[in-house]
Order: sequence, then structure tokens, then C-alpha cells
Amino acid sequence: MQQSLAMDEAEVRRAITRIAHEIIEKNKGAEHLALIGIRTRGVPLAKRLAQLIAAFEAVEVPVGALDISMYRDDVRTRQRVVGSTDVPFDVTGRRVVLVDEVFYTGRTIRAAMDAIMDLGRPSVIQLAVLVDRGHRELPIRPDYVGKNLPTSRSEEVEVHLKELDGEDAVLLRKPEGI
Amino acid sequence: MLLHRRHILGLEGMPADEIIAILDTADTLKEILSRPIKKVPTLRGRSICTLFYEPSTRTRTSFELAAKILSADVSSLAPSTSSVTKGESFRDTLLTIQAMGTDLFVIRHPCAGAPLFASRIVNVPVINAGDGMHEHPTQGLLDMLTLRSIKGKLAGLQIAIVGDIAHSRVARSNAWGFATVGAAVRIAGPPTLMPPGLEATGARIYDRLEPAIEGADVVYVLRIQKERMDSGLLPSLREYTRLYGVTAERLSRYAAKDAIVMHPGPVNRGVEIAPDVVDAGYSVITDQVANGVALRMALLYLLLGGSDAPRG
Repeated sequence: MQQSLAMDEAEVRRAITRIAHEIIEKNKGAEHLALIGIRTRGVPLAKRLAQLIAAFEAVEVPVGALDISMYRDDVRTRQRVVGSTDVPFDVTGRRVVLVDEVFYTGRTIRAAMDAIMDLGRPSVIQLAVLVDRGHRELPIRPDYVGKNLPTSRSEEVEVHLKELDGEDAVLLRKPEGI
Repeated sequence: MLLHRRHILGLEGMPADEIIAILDTADTLKEILSRPIKKVPTLRGRSICTLFYEPSTRTRTSFELAAKILSADVSSLAPSTSSVTKGESFRDTLLTIQAMGTDLFVIRHPCAGAPLFASRIVNVPVINAGDGMHEHPTQGLLDMLTLRSIKGKLAGLQIAIVGDIAHSRVARSNAWGFATVGAAVRIAGPPTLMPPGLEATGARIYDRLEPAIEGADVVYVLRIQKERMDSGLLPSLREYTRLYGVTAERLSRYAAKDAIVMHPGPVNRGVEIAPDVVDAGYSVITDQVANGVALRMALLYLLLGGSDAPRG
């Protein structure tokens, strides 16, 4: 595997800061907003966005964590560890921003939307991702993108976050010989 | 891979890491039960058959609820209303239902080993929901789940199982399961209701109640079946209650200060357990029932998820 740095710490920080501003702008403030991170790395991203929004707008935005194992379309082919879903507020009537690290096929987001709908009826669901790597297979598109990163399917995008990995970085791995 | 087996037939020989994987999965699935809409699409299009050759309310209902919450389709077969009354063999019944496209069997049978036999006949997963006097593994697992969520751990706990041990598949599953995860198991009951060979589980055997529950963190009470009187194994229910009945007084005198009381149900109030103990704050009998649904959801998810992957 060859590895290259697609985003460094400063780029990650600026991207998240910009997304926080865009969320506030698009929703005309932070009232009725809620951030729901998709496990695993969407959760710390959602928490950071909430901190930034609190700093910019002085509004505490509730943050939840969503595990989508029970909603995946590949349950039959892979046995997965189920993480916990922890959404300690009612999503009904809220403007929910789903947060994920990488947008790829869109299947994760499809599952996440089903999962949220089972918890209640949000007024709006939006999607924020740190990286959009292309190759979507469903008619789903993120509302907020940290960085558009064109990739081939054989490449891997790996997001590292301080909370879990000790550093902020986005790595692009290419298989040898390509 | 979390679970390396295709069937859940017993807790004897099930390694600790698989038990813990099942409990962890069940713990995370509990959240679904607290939602206003208790339904996830995970097992959509899969079908499950519950095949009960013995009466059951909680186990069967619990399995069916678990399957329905996961969006699986459930069909139930009771021998009294099926072709079994017309003389169809167990084997033929299994093959018939399998031919209808069942993806998993849940089987309760009065003969020990019937689920094992079934697992060799059908080519889909089989869960033992109680076989004769052998094992009742899902009860053992849900007891471990309940106990872990209350005490925060299983290893090192002192667990006293009290009652009609000889006829109890629950006692056997729990003795194996708790020993595997590092708890110390003591077993107490009248000598006429004590089977040989239980020492193999590592449990300590007592013929009196008091020393068995001394310092115990958990007193696990088994049901005394009234039928046992007729077979001459017990002189009278009243004598059993006097010698082995779990009362508040005995608990406070012998058991650990924060001891809890468990019972697999159905309860005979005033026989093996005093009525006020059943309803006391330290009794977790209703928690056991609630955890049963989450535990069975976890098993269905683990056994039916990843069916394409090779497994032994």
C-alpha cells in the first residue's frame, strides 16, 4: 500500500470550522438543530461541530450517536459487532444533521436515514461529511463536504481523529502496482 | 467473527469469548426495546419456526417478540394442533417445515438431545429452547445478561442455585455458563433431587440451604414442580418449604448484604420462594424476563447475520 496525506491537521480543522458555519447559515441559526454522528468516527466529528456551533451562536445543540448495523443491506453476508445507538433527545420536529467521516456509496446514509426515521419524524435531515470520495450508488448527496477527494474504487480513504486515533489526518491508500 | 457456531444447543463447552460476544450484542440491542417504535428491519424476509413439544409461555413469547422486532416472520408449531397427532415423526416434521423455507428453528422438546438431533437433520441454525433435563441455554444467557447489568461483572460472583436440581435444565445451563465466565457456583437441594455428576461443572454441592447461600451474591431459586410429590421424591411441599424455601429472613441472615434473587419462572409463591421475596426490591425476576427478549434478538441476529460466511 502506498499512502499519501490528503488532509493534514490544519486542513481538517478548517474544514470542520467551515462546515459549522455552513450549517448555521443554511439553517438560519442553530435553533431546533440536532447533530447525529454515525458510529464510529461520525460521533467525535458531530461533537466538534456542536462545540463550534455553541461557540459561534451560543446555542447548545444536542448530539447523538447512531449505530446502523441493524439497518444495513448486507446483514446476510457479514456478521458485525453491533454498537449502541444513543440519541438522548426526541428527533421529531428537529433539523437533524447526520455526520459521517467519508461519503462513498451512500448505503450507510440510506441505512442511517431509516434508523433516524424509526426514532421519530425530523423536520429536515441533512448530511455533513468530512470527505466525499465519490462512487455513490444511490441518489443521496451530502449537504456539507469538508473535501471532495476523487478516488478509484481500489483506493482506501482513512480518517484519523484525535479522539480515537491520536491525530487529525485523512490518508489515501493506493494498492501497490497501480 | 463473533460467533463461531451455527447452532445454540447448550452452554457446556461454549467458550467465554462467545458468551461475552452474545451478551455484548444483547446489551446494545436493549436500546431498541426502549423506543416508541420497537421495530428494526434487520431480518426482513427471514423466517423462523418455533417448534414447542412442551408448554411454554415466556420462552416462546420471548422468541417470537424478538423475531418480530427484528422484522423476521414467525411461524409457530405446537404438536397438539399439528400432524404430530397424526403420527408424523419428529424428523419428518423438521424436514417438512424446512421445505417451506424456514431459516432457523427454535426447538423445545421433552427429550434431551432433540435439538442436537434436529441440527443434524436440517441445514439451518437450531436454537435449543429447553430439552428434557439437559439444557436451556438461552435462559442461562439471559440470566448472565441480567446479572452482569446489575453487578457490572460476572467473574468472582458467588452464585447459589437452589431447588429441584435433578429435573432442571436451567440449573445445568447456568452451572456451565457461570463457571465459564469465572463465577463460583454452589448448588443446593434435597439429596433426592440432586443428580450425580454435577461436580463436572466445577460447582460445589450442598444438601442444606444455609451453607449454600452463606455470603452468596445471587440466590437463584428453581421451581418445585408439584408432580415431584407423586413420584415420592419429596415427602411434602410443606417440608420442602420449611427446609429449602427462600425467605427474607434466611436471605438477610446468610446471603451477602447486596444479594439479589433470581428465578426462571414460573414462580410457585409460598413453595420454593416466599411471596414477599418475589416482589422485593432485590428480586430481579421481571428484569430477567425483559432481558430475555434482547438476548434472543442477539442470538437471532448473530445466527442469521453472515450466513454466507463459512462456519463450523
